[in-house]
Amino acid sequence: MIPEIGTGVLLVALTLAVYGALVAAVGGRRGRPALVQSAQHAALGVFVLLTAAFLLLIYAFLTFDFSVRYVANNTNLGTPFYYRITAVWGALEGSLVLWAWMLGLYTLLVVVRHRTTARELYPWVLTVMLGVLAFFVLVMTVPAPVFTRLAPVPADGRGLNPLLEDSGMITHPVALYLGFTGFTVPFAFAVAALVAGRVGDFWITTTRRWTIVAWYFLSLGLLIGGWWSYHVLGWGGYWAWDPVENAAFMPWLTATALLHSVMVQERRRMLRLWNLALVVLTFALTLFGTFLTRSGVIASVHAFTQGTIGVFFLAFLAVVVLVALGLIAWRWDSLGAQGELDSVISRESAFLLNNVMLVAATFTVFFGTVFPLLSEAVRGVKVSVGAPFFNQVNVPLFLSLIFLMGVGPLIAWRRASLANLKRNFLGPVLVGVVAAALFRLLGVGSVLVAVALALTLFVAACIAVDLFRATRARRAMGERTLPALGGLLLRHNRRYGGFVVHFAVLVVAVGVTGSQTWSVHTETTLKRGEQAELAGYHIRFDGLHESQESNHSKVTGTFTVVNGKAAGTVLQPAKKRYPQEQSPIAYVDYRLGFIDDIYLVLGDFAPDHTSVTVKIQVNRMVSWIWLGGVVLTLGTVLSVLPERRKAA
Amino acid sequence: MRHAWRWLVPLAAVPVLALLAYGFRLNPRDIPSPLVGRPAAPFSLTSFDGAPVDLASLRGKVVVVNFWASWCYPACYEEAPVLERGWRAYRDRGVVVLGIDIQDKDEAARKFISDFGLTFPNAPDRGGKVSIDYGVYGVPETFFIDRDGHIRVKHVGAVTEGVFRENVERLLAAAPAAGR
Repeated sequence: MIPEIGTGVLLVALTLAVYGALVAAVGGRRGRPALVQSAQHAALGVFVLLTAAFLLLIYAFLTFDFSVRYVANNTNLGTPFYYRITAVWGALEGSLVLWAWMLGLYTLLVVVRHRTTARELYPWVLTVMLGVLAFFVLVMTVPAPVFTRLAPVPADGRGLNPLLEDSGMITHPVALYLGFTGFTVPFAFAVAALVAGRVGDFWITTTRRWTIVAWYFLSLGLLIGGWWSYHVLGWGGYWAWDPVENAAFMPWLTATALLHSVMVQERRRMLRLWNLALVVLTFALTLFGTFLTRSGVIASVHAFTQGTIGVFFLAFLAVVVLVALGLIAWRWDSLGAQGELDSVISRESAFLLNNVMLVAATFTVFFGTVFPLLSEAVRGVKVSVGAPFFNQVNVPLFLSLIFLMGVGPLIAWRRASLANLKRNFLGPVLVGVVAAALFRLLGVGSVLVAVALALTLFVAACIAVDLFRATRARRAMGERTLPALGGLLLRHNRRYGGFVVHFAVLVVAVGVTGSQTWSVHTETTLKRGEQAELAGYHIRFDGLHESQESNHSKVTGTFTVVNGKAAGTVLQPAKKRYPQEQSPIAYVDYRLGFIDDIYLVLGDFAPDHTSVTVKIQVNRMVSWIWLGGVVLTLGTVLSVLPERRKAA
Repeated sequence: MRHAWRWLVPLAAVPVLALLAYGFRLNPRDIPSPLVGRPAAPFSLTSFDGAPVDLASLRGKVVVVNFWASWCYPACYEEAPVLERGWRAYRDRGVVVLGIDIQDKDEAARKFISDFGLTFPNAPDRGGKVSIDYGVYGVPETFFIDRDGHIRVKHVGAVTEGVFRENVERLLAAAPAAGR
């Protein structure tokens, strides 16, 4: 029954979404509140139906209903309870269910929040959100139907891709999709502003929080993706410039640019056209990301499947880009700037530079990602560009961005005087220069590493200078240090939330620099009782044992760290063999540390279990990247809190 | 009208979209097999019925070697009837279909064979040696071997009626090498 009910529910949802989108547009155009209200009800209905479809699918998974083809393909009787829920979005069709459900949720939240505050834009916002939603539900019913019936019903299913049996599979897609779908809201507002001819600043101020929230979830999704790669894939890395990682990174870059450029529009009435273009670009890139993952156009470890779904996505992408850019062209004459750039040495110019760099980075990543297609189209040869290209081009851009991260928040708007520059930057520059010199003297890594670390210290010093000065000002009014600092963060939460996020980026940058520079690894064969040494750690091989789990068999090695701070740590990397997979899956074991991670991957072993090949890695400062994620969360929460400045 | 060129803005997106559309013409999983044109690696297995299955003894016939597994849903389920029909249609013309079941449980494999009523020889590849020799990435993969024992075509994914007929007809039409 579930296949039929599910399909029915989705068809009704599709009809309702299309109806809502049309009716909201008519209501907006003719100024008929009743029609808009009807669209609102449609939005609510779509959300309820999508929730029902989602629950139905979860139920099918929990009860092993193999009459649903998708369930049979992605689970089997041995799949543990927990992973039967994550398996819901473990493959193409189900991932779209999660996606559409989130989009439905965002649409509902927009209804709740903006139905009275954004009168002129609201009908059009609804049209766009429901239109996008209709597209996704259409994909769920035609090219990627999730509720297809399977007959005859098999006794057991195929099972989930073993790499997806991981806690990261709950958080990574959820965070990533919340980010991706979240950008639909600012996009809808931007299109609404263009259609309604209200291209002023209202849509920008209204969508600030939405953009931050979407940006935050996308950041989190990227970080958790890195964490998943690090502790599941067993190569000790967290980022590979894989096409699909790039696809998620590109909207992040443009959204980061947007978060900064909207401040210029708010303060100086400039960059209207630019901001609209960035919103359109960000949303288009999220679609491009789904297109890449789901069309099979570019080979990637993340690729789901091939089929007609790619054509749907490309057609939709084309409609979105052409319509949005067409609207921009139509409103071209009203998009001119009211303010103008007074001086090159000013905050707006720092932000502008930041935007140029971010968009340049986006372009290089895009270029590198589609390069295989381009070279095949032009020369008929399939050539991919790898990490060296991306690193070479992006490292200088990112270093410049870090530098601007220090300059931007402190430099004056309009025109910075020499006194302003000296007052704000003399100290931090000194810190940076001294640090760079010191790093070189101590022989810390290469010039590039010294520069990177010195730049992060420069930015940290900039943040410290500002905090110190602002706290001192409050203390002068009689507050004590800690309350003064706390009050500062809460009252000017938007500014200081931004600072905390900047600080998080610094922490991540240090983690990336450190791990790329100082990580070491070795591969060695050990007999039982023998030790290997790496970076001062002595690691002993104690033995192997076999075991049978619910859905796979497993050979586990036991290793003990015998000296140093980590002495006594037992690590148990394993090899898992799933019946549905050709080759065994490595199960990594690791001990995370503030500086050193000890990270073991089990290789081949002798049939009698007396000797084993093991890859030992000591990865340095990787934990800082995850720590950065925590700080990022704090900063984001701070910056979206309601502002209290006026109340103070 | 002022700024007529502004309409060029949306046009700028067209080449990018065209490039992406071009991507559909390509198949990123199209990994050329170095085995095509080479002699097929010999194997002798024992079928589920206990009969010997020896590639060398089939020289002079067109052989379709199909790697499958009972857990390989849906592709193996789609192609099983196609292979059975092909086998029945062509067996009198010197075509042999061989199924090699890899990484599977015997019980499930036998059920698969009886569910689809497969009558061509099917053998389990215990230890996976044959699938390694043939460089099998996943299931299903199908190799079309000519009368001289050379691999002529490697097909990845479910075999369709068209694929089966086209390849088998071509190999049947090709004259066998001298000496036969």
